[in-house]
Amino acid sequence: MSWITGVGLLPFGRHEGKNTLDLMSEAAALALDDAGLKRADIDGVLTGYATTMPHIMLATVFCEHFGLSPAYAHGLQVGGATGFAMAMLAHELVAAGRLKHVLVVAGENRLSAPGGRDKVVETLAQVGHPVHEVPLGPTIPAYYGLVANRYMHEHFLSEADLAELAVLMRANAATHPGAQFREPITVADVLASKPIARPLKLLDCCATADGAVAFIVSRERTGAAAVRIIGAGQAHTHQHISEAPSLTEFGAHLAMDRAIAASGRKLVTTDADYLAIYDSFTITLAILLEELGLAPRGQSCSMAREGYFSRAGTKPINTHGGLMSYGHCGVAGALAHLVETQLQMTGRAGDRQVAEAGLAFLHGDGGVMSSHVSLIMERQV
Amino acid sequence: MSAAISYQRCTPCGHVWYFARSFCPKCGAREPVTSPASGAGIVHAVTIVDRAPTPDMKALAPYTLVMVDADEGFRLMAHGAPRLAIGDRVTGSVVELAGRSIPIFKRA
Ligand SMILES: [Zn+2]
Repeated sequence: MSWITGVGLLPFGRHEGKNTLDLMSEAAALALDDAGLKRADIDGVLTGYATTMPHIMLATVFCEHFGLSPAYAHGLQVGGATGFAMAMLAHELVAAGRLKHVLVVAGENRLSAPGGRDKVVETLAQVGHPVHEVPLGPTIPAYYGLVANRYMHEHFLSEADLAELAVLMRANAATHPGAQFREPITVADVLASKPIARPLKLLDCCATADGAVAFIVSRERTGAAAVRIIGAGQAHTHQHISEAPSLTEFGAHLAMDRAIAASGRKLVTTDADYLAIYDSFTITLAILLEELGLAPRGQSCSMAREGYFSRAGTKPINTHGGLMSYGHCGVAGALAHLVETQLQMTGRAGDRQVAEAGLAFLHGDGGVMSSHVSLIMERQV
Repeated sequence: MSAAISYQRCTPCGHVWYFARSFCPKCGAREPVTSPASGAGIVHAVTIVDRAPTPDMKALAPYTLVMVDADEGFRLMAHGAPRLAIGDRVTGSVVELAGRSIPIFKRA
């Protein structure tokens, strides 16, 4: 068992003139304050990677810069799943009694760095196979565009259906002052946005941002926050979409089954009061909701349209606006989902507060539905 | 000039795959057999890339990418002729495009 004792989340968008270490430091300072801890209390540090600051020792560089000398520190990389994988490792290290307070921190100046969005698109496309995929000129949206085309074909989803999930994330972001995009959008706006990798259009895609997130995973509570991680699990089925066993069945449910088994409880995902699900694209969110058993196959979008996943609905999800509207700055992107979950569970989500958030299920994926990490969080009663 | 798409097959276990290796990823047996494929297959998925990743590919956009299930039993990503759709019977080969060798499929 482990507690999430402090969180720090920066606004996402443009942080002109700030580099990766500046942004990580700001978020880390917020998390320490929130937990009521000092630098000397931190005995473990986990970081991810930063595309704008490639370094083989990012965790150590951060520790030196921020002024930490922990007993344990390293980076970790599983693409978009990195954030939740760090949370899982912090949880395991703390639960095993190895460490007392693990600082998990990520951030990058992905939007304002030289090259901006063009550089991001080119860099991220390299997740493809260097011989058999990258020379074809794919992008991350193209890999997901292929998945979307097949999944929509098999489960009778339309582009207008998928658009509902972008509309939902934007409606959520409208109530968060730190979100990158807050102007409400409609299904028609999504359909009319410029094509990127058809069937995916601009508003089906996550938004490139600068930003950072940090949180602290502790063996004991340090204050009033009483939110703990009760289970975590992973699944890795492939790396390249060309080698995926299927374009319509992925590893999300395997990871969640393992997280539930680790909790030692008889849980099902529909027990959740609150959901934090990776939304790199509308299709990602649709597939994950359906794979995780939160919606029947092909029905996640119609359920979203009916308000089932809205803030006041049965299963609120990503109330900060997710990667599509709060923004996406790499590893920190999904960690914003975790911070929002902790804020909801501690009753600190302000205008966005949901009625009940005692039990939350979180899920992230990296690559092209390749690496999966599930977390279960619970508020102590 | 065009060449055949090649794939690999494991003699002991029969597994068939596309990404070249010096062993079978399923059973570990060494020395898989590399063969030219017929080029025949069925379109499994399609996307049209409007936003290309690099300046040289931007000159070609929009272009069609497909996942094809080859008749020999492997799946690959390739370029496709415009307006290909899921289920189309296609035929493909490796051609030179923008200075690289890439597989491309058209309707059979
Ligand atoms: Zn074999």
